[in-house]
Amino acid sequence: DIDDVGHKYYLELVLEDVLDKDSTVNCTAEVLYHLGSKNVAPDVQFTLEGELKNTDEADNVFYNQIKSLEKELVAENIPDSHGNVSPEMEPIRRLAWVASGYVIWQNSTENTKFHLAQIKRVKQVKRSDEYLEFDYMVLLHEMVSQEIIPWQMTVLWHPQHGVQVTQDSRQPKHASE
Amino acid sequence: DQVFHIVPETFQQVQHLQHLCSTLPLDLWKPQLPEDICAGKDLHIRVPAPLVQEVKDNLDHHTISYKVLIPDVQELVDQSMPNERRSHRQVPEGYIYTQYHPMEEIYQWMTQIQKSNSELVTQHYLGKTIENRTMYYLQISQPSDKAKKIIWMDCGIHAREWISPAFCQWFVKEILQNYKSDPKISRFLQNLDLYVLPVLNIDGYIYSWEKDRLWRKNRSPHMNGTCYGTDLNRNFNSSWGSIGVSYNCSSEIFCGSGPESEPETRAVVQFIKRKKSDILCYLTIHSYGQYILTPYGFTSKPPSNSEELMHVAEKAAAALMGKYGTSYKVGSTSSILYSNSGSSRDWAHMIGIPFSYTFELRDNGTHGFVLPVDQIQPTCEETM
Repeated sequence: DIDDVGHKYYLELVLEDVLDKDSTVNCTAEVLYHLGSKNVAPDVQFTLEGELKNTDEADNVFYNQIKSLEKELVAENIPDSHGNVSPEMEPIRRLAWVASGYVIWQNSTENTKFHLAQIKRVKQVKRSDEYLEFDYMVLLHEMVSQEIIPWQMTVLWHPQHGVQVTQDSRQPKHASE
Repeated sequence: DQVFHIVPETFQQVQHLQHLCSTLPLDLWKPQLPEDICAGKDLHIRVPAPLVQEVKDNLDHHTISYKVLIPDVQELVDQSMPNERRSHRQVPEGYIYTQYHPMEEIYQWMTQIQKSNSELVTQHYLGKTIENRTMYYLQISQPSDKAKKIIWMDCGIHAREWISPAFCQWFVKEILQNYKSDPKISRFLQNLDLYVLPVLNIDGYIYSWEKDRLWRKNRSPHMNGTCYGTDLNRNFNSSWGSIGVSYNCSSEIFCGSGPESEPETRAVVQFIKRKKSDILCYLTIHSYGQYILTPYGFTSKPPSNSEELMHVAEKAAAALMGKYGTSYKVGSTSSILYSNSGSSRDWAHMIGIPFSYTFELRDNGTHGFVLPVDQIQPTCEETM
C-alpha cells in the first residue's frame, strides 16, 4: 500500500518461449495500480535477466509471406471452435496475443483478469509503406465478470520496428455477431 | 511429418541424397525415383516425423541446404477433407474420446455405453431442460449385497467449457475399460457407486455448438424473450444472490429470478437431496484455470471440515501434477479466485455432503475455453 498513490506489487516471473518450452528467461517487475482511477493504466517496470531469443528469421519469413499475398489477408474464428489454428494463421494469432496484451494492460485494474479468448475477424489493411497493418476484432474474456468483450484493435507490425496498437476500442456486446 | 525442398548442388550431394533414400524410409515426392535426382533440379521429399531431426542433422552435416516446404503434412491433409470428423465417425464402435462431440452424439454414446456395459452401467432420467430436452445421468454400480456410498460428478454446467463434458465421457470410458484389470478401480467400485452427468446445461451446450461458441449460461428466456440465460452456477440455494452475481439478465453471471429458478438446477437438486445421506463426494467439472476449489465462494469463513477437504485436494493436485507436470492451485473459491454465491458446490456442502469440489481444468488462459483437441487426452489423463 502506498498512501494516496495506490497499490504496488513486486513480481518475480519466468518467461517461457511458446515455441520452445525449455527456453526460459527470468524477469522481475513492479506494477503500480493507481488509487481510485478507472481510466489510467497501471504503471509497469520490468527487468529481464537474460536475453530474448532472436526471431529475425521467422519474422522475415512471415513478413515476406504477407507481402507476397496477392490479396489482402482476411480470416475469421482463430482458433476455430475445436481449438485448431492453421499453420499460416499461427503468426497472425501470436500478433493478436501481443497486441491484446497491450489492450489488456491499458484496461486492467486490481479487479480484472483478462485473456484473449478468440480472434473473431482479422483483415489486412493495405499500406503504401513497409509496415503491415491488420484490423482485428477480438474477444477478450474477463474472469471476474465472466464477460466476453468484443474489442477492435488496429495493429501495425514491422520486423525491425515491432508491434504497435494504433487504435483500439471496446465494442458493444453484439458487435461480434 | 514434414516435406523438404532441396536443390542438390553437386554430384556428391546427389549421391548422398540417393543413399539417404535407399537407407531411410523417406517418401520421394519429386522426382518419382531416386535415380532421377539431379544437381540443379528440385527435390521434394517427405520425412516421417520420428526421422525429421535425424535427417536435418544429416543434411546439415553434409552442408546440403534445405527448406521446409510443408511443416505439418497431417494438418494439410485434415484441412483438405471436407468434414474430417465424419471419416472418424464411420468407424463403428470407435467413439473418439479425443474429439469434442455435439449433444446428439453424446446422447447416442450414453445409450451405447449402457448397452455394451449393461452389467455395470444404467442410464437414468434426471429431468428436463428449459427447452424441454431430457437430462440423463449414468450410474456405474457393481452389483453387490453391500450398501454403497455415492460419488456424484457433473460436467458441462457452463456451455463453453467443452473440455468438461469431454472429461466426463473420458472418465466413464476409463472406468469401464479398466475396472477388471486395474486393482485401484476395482476396489473403488466394490465400495462406491459413481453417478455421472455428462452434460448438465444441455441447451447451452448445443447453443455453443450452433450459434455462439463462448455462450456460458442456460437458455431460459427473460424480459419477453429479449434476453436469455441464467448462470446455473449462481442459481443454487447457497446464499443465493448475495455476492459475485448480477441481477441483470444481460450479464454472464445473472443468478436467475430466484434460487433454483431453473429446471436444470431443480433436476440436480431434487436428485441429490433424495440421495444425500449416501453421497460422500460431490464433484463439478469446469474450465479453465487449473484449480481444485473448495467451499465457499460466498464467504471467507472456512467450512467445518476444511482441513480434511484441503488435505484431500492437495493430494489430488499432487497426483495430477505427477502425470504431466501440470500445476493446479488448491483453495477455497473466495480466497483464490473470486467471490460468488449460488454455486452448486457450495450448496452440496451446505446440505451435508462432506467432500465437495469444483475442478477447473486446463488451461491457464492461453487457449482458455477453446482448448485444442490435442489437449483433450493429456487433460483427461492427468485429471483421471
